[in-house]
Amino acid sequence: MQVYEIKKDIFWVGAVDWLVRDFHGYSTYRGSTYNAYLMLGEKNVLFDTVKHNLCSDLVHRIRTVIDPEKIDYIVVNHVEMDHTGSLPKIVELVKPEKIICSKMGHKNLLSHFHRPDWPYHIVENNESIPVGNRTIQFMETRMLHWPDSMFSYIPEEKLLISQDGFGQHLGTSERFDDEVDLSELMYQAKKYYANILYLYSPQVRKLLDHVEEIGLEVDMIAPDHGVIWRTHIDKILKAYRDWSSHKAAQKALVVYDTMWHSTEMMAKAVADGIESTGTSMQLLDLSVNHRSDVMAELLDAKGICLGCPTLNNGLLPRMAGYLMYMKGLRPARKLGAAFGSFGWSGEAVKHMNKAMEDMKFELIHDGIKVKYVPTHDDLKKCWELGKLMGEKVKEAVDNQ
Amino acid sequence: MKKYRCSVCGYIYDPENGDPENGVEPGTDFDKVPDDWTCPICAASKDQFEPAD
Repeated sequence: MQVYEIKKDIFWVGAVDWLVRDFHGYSTYRGSTYNAYLMLGEKNVLFDTVKHNLCSDLVHRIRTVIDPEKIDYIVVNHVEMDHTGSLPKIVELVKPEKIICSKMGHKNLLSHFHRPDWPYHIVENNESIPVGNRTIQFMETRMLHWPDSMFSYIPEEKLLISQDGFGQHLGTSERFDDEVDLSELMYQAKKYYANILYLYSPQVRKLLDHVEEIGLEVDMIAPDHGVIWRTHIDKILKAYRDWSSHKAAQKALVVYDTMWHSTEMMAKAVADGIESTGTSMQLLDLSVNHRSDVMAELLDAKGICLGCPTLNNGLLPRMAGYLMYMKGLRPARKLGAAFGSFGWSGEAVKHMNKAMEDMKFELIHDGIKVKYVPTHDDLKKCWELGKLMGEKVKEAVDNQ
Repeated sequence: MKKYRCSVCGYIYDPENGDPENGVEPGTDFDKVPDDWTCPICAASKDQFEPAD
């Protein structure tokens, strides 16, 4: 099995997951990787493990470099099981001197694996551990995206092992950012941010400010998913800055579901109205678009129009599910509007408006409800709603 | 005594339980919790808490 020496005596020994297509509700149609790094020195250090089903890949890669029993320290930068799934087996194999983690990491490891006998070594925020002629500096990054999350920084190598930060679900045999298609890479990085980190944007901003303030010197960012940043560091940092500041493009989404195509007809009219203003538009039917792809598009959209019929006094489940998912990710500073066809009670628009109000979106319109099949005049009203959204988006983005 | 919720991670401060691990005895009203106290889960500052409904 291949190992990749990313810095002198520091090796990528992780696993590529070519099969994963669903990552707890996030569609990963390009697979993913679980990155683990092995640093040789006076003490040999393993940073993170891999998901349990790929343990043998990790062990095989480690063996091509050293005998696993020669590993002295295991650093657990994050306790989620895509990175710790193999930890029990690795601990048994390696018999480490220390398992290094944050205070919350220690608590969470106990709650996952119930092993109080493991040789935990808890590190404080900004604590450094010398390892021969190198140092590992631990930076707590709580809620990016778990309480136990931390980064490991090796100043002598200008290497930041950033755990889930700057990660992408992209399974490739290539290991570096300049070896893959940049636009695909940036899309996967964006999708990752939108579905995993979006709600923690304030924490992301704080981290970026802190790193800038202390002048952290970094020429390589090695995340725990996807490729390693070395050539395009400036691009991903700028992207994280923009995304965490809710910077939007002149773009609006129409996201809908439909029962008998009436709401769909309305959606098309809204979409056409948006398009007529020159604002970029995407028409996204929830029956063919995965919620995680819709979130990726929402990240830099200024406006969103939601369309749904009324079913049993409520929403269709795909829209209800999408709203719950979106609400949890805390998108901010969006313009919103709702519409839908109904038969007799018509509560859907009210529910969608309430959801958007709860997210503190600016509602640009009370909403459009149409009984059963829309008339030409009904569709014209929908078109005007779209036009209004397109114009308001342009105005908001121009004044951003 | 009112419960308070961390707006960052959702942790609930229950005055009945306090946060003894971090020096806040059970029975401490949220107002009486020191200003430099932080969320035991995510380290958010006290001012990022809101009344839990």
